[in-house]
Amino acid sequence: MTAHTHESLTLTLNVVSAEAEIYSGKATKISVPAQMGEIGIMPRHTPLLTYLRAGEVRVHTSDGKQVLIYVSGGLLEIQPQIVTILADTATRAASTDKAAADEARRLTEEAMSKLERFGSLDIAHAELMAAIAELSELQRLHKRKTRW
Amino acid sequence: MAGGKEIRTKIKSVQNTQKITRAMEMVAASKMRKAQDRMRAARPYAEKIRNVAAHLSHAHPEYRHPFVVARAEPKRVGVVVVTSDKGLCGGLNTNVLRMILHKMKEWEASGVGVNVCALGGKGFGFMQRAGASVLAHQTGLGDTPHLEKLIGPVKVMLDAYIDGKIDALHICYTRFINTMKQEPVVEQLLPISGESLGSAKGHWDYLYEPDAKQVIDELLVRYIETLIYQAVAENMASEQSSRMVAMKAASDNAGNVIDELKLIYNKTRQAAITKELSEIVAGAAAV
Repeated sequence: MTAHTHESLTLTLNVVSAEAEIYSGKATKISVPAQMGEIGIMPRHTPLLTYLRAGEVRVHTSDGKQVLIYVSGGLLEIQPQIVTILADTATRAASTDKAAADEARRLTEEAMSKLERFGSLDIAHAELMAAIAELSELQRLHKRKTRW
Repeated sequence: MAGGKEIRTKIKSVQNTQKITRAMEMVAASKMRKAQDRMRAARPYAEKIRNVAAHLSHAHPEYRHPFVVARAEPKRVGVVVVTSDKGLCGGLNTNVLRMILHKMKEWEASGVGVNVCALGGKGFGFMQRAGASVLAHQTGLGDTPHLEKLIGPVKVMLDAYIDGKIDALHICYTRFINTMKQEPVVEQLLPISGESLGSAKGHWDYLYEPDAKQVIDELLVRYIETLIYQAVAENMASEQSSRMVAMKAASDNAGNVIDELKLIYNKTRQAAITKELSEIVAGAAAV
């Protein structure tokens, strides 16, 4: 086996989430909990796009070690030499998403019915302009003071 | 020495204020560094998801997700307004609110209704009092942005878009340029324009499990969420650096006030001593 073919027998795995980069490195084999069942990925896999359910990602690194990464779901993208897992940071399901949205709607409606209002954009605008004038006055004052 | 004690009390009180503003400045400085790190940590994910989305939109021209279909003549638009929860951060919120208010007035003038999703207490309070129609809000985001807290409000807006209640979705937040400079921006989230995704490299297609439509749906929702998450992360970095600068200005100002008060204090003290001396001398001369 030549050095070239050996090189092509590893793949690069990137596990990223919206909040952090979780893992990045070379691997010879990866198994992931895909939506339709566990998938084993070797180098030169067909390009595939699917989503994951919660479970463990097992990585066989190129130096013979095994790394376990827990994901709560996400998307999996496979290219022949690069595998990317876009991990979710929160547990996602249509039902929990819907519950979160309903909760947000309810809280907002509740809060909206409580507070007093300006009643119109124009009054709001006037108040903003007053605040801005105050700020720029402060800045002007500050500049003059520091020059002394 | 009538004014002496009062001036001393005043100096003491300004010194106390200065201690507080200086502490706040330092707290903001350390939080700013963390906020910047988080902002950068979110980038690889956003980059990656954008690449995949770009590839998909090129590989699957026949399946048009509602998110990518441009709608003619929008009748209502949605706006996600990202502000901070706390004040004392200079003109950060004021500037972003002024910008979006200007936009909202333009829309209203041309007969386009506006629905708002407020992320952050300041913006929510403002929109509420302004009488804007707020569909969803989230406050108490803290110092670390959590995607979990954004899912609900974001879904409310996405649902409204899918149901046709709004025909476009914009986001406005303060973009972090550097420690000294942040600027308010308004960007369009929906419909997703082809150029915002960029072009795909190479031509191949994926296998999809279970099928292309479902995967694309999941992906696009996450794409929008990521953009909003990034805006929130950036807004937080802007908030901390803006607060740091504002508190530094306040500390400097307090220093100036103290200097002036000390000058006045010494002058009155001097005047009192001189007066006393001249009285003694005058008294001695009288004897």
